[in-house]
Amino acid sequence: MSAPLEVSSGETQAHPEAALQGMRGKAIQGRSLGQIAWMRLKRDKVALIGGGIVILIVLVAIFAPLIVSLVGYPPNEPHTDYVDPNTSTPYGAFGGVSSHFWFGLQPVFGEDIFSRVITGSRVSMLVAFLSTLLSVVIGTIMGVVAGYFGGWVDTVISRLMDIFLAFPLLLFAIALAGALPDEAFGLKGNNVRIAVMIFIIGFFNWPYIGRIIRGQTLSLREREFVDAARSLGARPGRILFKELLPNLMAPILVYSTLLIPTNILFEAALSFVGAGIRPPDPSWGGMLADATKWFTVMPNYMLFPGLAIFVTVLAFNLFGDGLRDALDPKTR
Amino acid sequence: MRRKRLATVIALGAVAALTLGACGDNAPPAGGSNGPAANNAGVGKIANPSSEKGGTLRYVNQDDWDSLDPADTYYAYSWNFIRYYARQLVMFKSAPGGEGATLVPDLATDLGTASPDNKTWTYHIRKGVKYEDGTEVKAQDVKYDVERSLDKDTYPNGPTYFNDFLDLQGYTSPYKDSDPNKLGLKAIETPDDYTIIFHLKKPFAAFDYFAAIPSTAPVPPSKDTQTKYKDHVLSSGPYMFDQMNPGKSFTMKRNPHYDPATAPTRPPALPDRIEVQLKVTNSNDIDQRLMSGSADVDIAGSGVQPAAQAQILRDPALRAQTDSAITTRLWYSVINADVKPLDNIHCRKAIEWAVDKTNLQRAYGGSVGGDIATNMLPPVIPGAQQFDLYPTPDHKGDLNKAKEELKLCGHPDGGFSFNISYRAGRDKEEATAKSIAESLSKIGIKTELHNYPTGDYLKLYAGKPSFTKANNIGIMVYGWAADWPDGFGFMAQIVDSRTIHQSGGNSNLGIKDPKIDQLIDSTLNEKDAAKRNSIWVEVDKQTMSDAYTIPGVWAKGLLYRPKNVTNVFVTDGFSEYDYLALGTTNK
Repeated sequence: MSAPLEVSSGETQAHPEAALQGMRGKAIQGRSLGQIAWMRLKRDKVALIGGGIVILIVLVAIFAPLIVSLVGYPPNEPHTDYVDPNTSTPYGAFGGVSSHFWFGLQPVFGEDIFSRVITGSRVSMLVAFLSTLLSVVIGTIMGVVAGYFGGWVDTVISRLMDIFLAFPLLLFAIALAGALPDEAFGLKGNNVRIAVMIFIIGFFNWPYIGRIIRGQTLSLREREFVDAARSLGARPGRILFKELLPNLMAPILVYSTLLIPTNILFEAALSFVGAGIRPPDPSWGGMLADATKWFTVMPNYMLFPGLAIFVTVLAFNLFGDGLRDALDPKTR
Repeated sequence: MRRKRLATVIALGAVAALTLGACGDNAPPAGGSNGPAANNAGVGKIANPSSEKGGTLRYVNQDDWDSLDPADTYYAYSWNFIRYYARQLVMFKSAPGGEGATLVPDLATDLGTASPDNKTWTYHIRKGVKYEDGTEVKAQDVKYDVERSLDKDTYPNGPTYFNDFLDLQGYTSPYKDSDPNKLGLKAIETPDDYTIIFHLKKPFAAFDYFAAIPSTAPVPPSKDTQTKYKDHVLSSGPYMFDQMNPGKSFTMKRNPHYDPATAPTRPPALPDRIEVQLKVTNSNDIDQRLMSGSADVDIAGSGVQPAAQAQILRDPALRAQTDSAITTRLWYSVINADVKPLDNIHCRKAIEWAVDKTNLQRAYGGSVGGDIATNMLPPVIPGAQQFDLYPTPDHKGDLNKAKEELKLCGHPDGGFSFNISYRAGRDKEEATAKSIAESLSKIGIKTELHNYPTGDYLKLYAGKPSFTKANNIGIMVYGWAADWPDGFGFMAQIVDSRTIHQSGGNSNLGIKDPKIDQLIDSTLNEKDAAKRNSIWVEVDKQTMSDAYTIPGVWAKGLLYRPKNVTNVFVTDGFSEYDYLALGTTNK
């Protein structure tokens, strides 16, 4: 995840397709960057499938309570009649998979795995999106400032990035989760833990995007339009946010899409080691951790949360890849 | 490259289709277990008997000992194992079933003789018992180890019975002793090398149980290296330490100076070598090793993990190698009267009525894991009585009765909330907490689950009254096994309010009733065991009517007995396999 993306802006350059069309003598139509990107994206079936799954998963996360109330059972509701008390495993083949319980039942008390996977998506999505947002906001500001001003500002920020990149993030997260109070920042219980996960993942991952933005800014600030703005007397604030930032939207967008799956994995890892939300509330990583104990007798328990993480991460990556190709054809 | 990505997506779709294709509609079969759970060839009798000597017996331990030092250990498996290398005055007989819970002299020639007031106890030491270096064991060495065990700063782990009962007269530690031989404790007399006399400050009629505590094993003062002594305890038993890698493993070999003639109550020592692996962190892995034959005994002795249990119950061949050990362990939860409104007995009683005990049993692996407990004293303890002050249909809880109690408590709709604590990494305790929370949600009590580090659970968290109060912990999930199978050995440490210290480390998590304390005192000078037992039943009844505890399960352990281990039987003294008797066919 630390590999910097070689994203350079193609926006101010001549577009070969447009030039080609012009040479054929047809009416020249101006097309915006967005239109061109969309055209390219439309041709990329894999990215579209990925994007479709991403939208589906986001919808599932948003409407999880509704879905569960319609076709599942409450995620923490026990169904002990369906579980053998002595072996602790559900009756029936494949972990109790049936028309009632589509993904089977959890061992011991028989909670509906389907509902738990669906509900678990909320934590994953919430943490992944918000922590990505946090990283992107901090990373962009720091990157633009470092790149534009250069000099000692750049030195300080760049070293700061090095420090953050060297931070043993997972260990820190585990230690912090153990020491968390029950109530903090006006939140209670699991909300505290979600907030802390967002903070840890978001706050310590900004240097990756910061470096990319800094590199982009370095090349952009020598451009004519920046010179023009400067010679017209624009203040640095205006140049940063009105001139540079719009030209950085492409790499920001691409990088965000690729950061989300990494953060989903990170959240799952935290939950797996017990630093995530507390039982009985479901999360994918927590379910996986529980499933490892039952692996020898009930492998399907591991399958569904595992599959959920796998499909989600893959979909985001496919979509992100496609988006990068579309927005920035040179980096192929 | 594109094609490749598309192929991934298709493959993924295929997996999903397969998965969904496996779905079918199977209605749940009627409940019930499938045949006898365990073969029980080693319960009440000896499985695979043999008198063949030799070979290496291989133990595995998920964790590490609290300490191998006889003055500093409190784990049941440690008291079972310590007989390999230490001979205390009295020990549990090496015999199957209930006979294993009776006491026989080991280092002493006979059980103790008491003065009429039960305050003075005399033992005579066998002659000719030798340490691994060939020197003879003396009564003073026994006294010295008891003195050591009094020093809780140096040896914090062991029980405090000698601290509580000996007439110490201010004595704290042999390391602060002005006596040149470090034998200044007045409460223990050694008139000659083979006689030892204990003077108690209050009568105790069952002192022989104290004499079976490992701290009555001899330690010669000249060999004492204090906290380093645990790395090489001078053996007085049949085996001595050979290689020692602290925290990883150790091995034992035969003690050349051990003379079986001095140990008429002991079984023959069969294996030539004993290997112990420590910190095999994954207990599922331990079970697999037992079943594959690459290890012989899980030293913790509390039975296989849920996954292995499921595997065993489905496979008759594996089931033939199992024993179900009935234990003196109760898995229970304590209701904390320091947390409002649980100071009101009716709110506590509401909880007693609401809890679905079948789910607590589920948490511990169904009827294989244990029987539903309705009171404290485990039925296996002599004289224990089963009773149920909160009887509900099929033990599933009675919400109407619970709501009535809530009304009396002034919270007709529940509406209050607190936290439930359990030990991190203990899945069964987590399941217990989950299940209690679920039951309580039905009567409008909101709870949140909190886990705390297992090692410090008593010292810093659930066993520290100021912590539980400050953190609004209304229920603490816990478990307790008897130090020895009688009422005192089970109850004294967990219901006597005088054992609660504000500084933490309590085993009594908050049961405070002067009536209970009085009853306990009345047992101490009672010579008649049957009368003592009946008083302990009274203690039990008082505890339950105070509604301080939610008994969950009287535990059974499903023990796996590998084929190459011989002379295997469960002893009620430890509720484990008797380690002293085991032999092996591994060469």
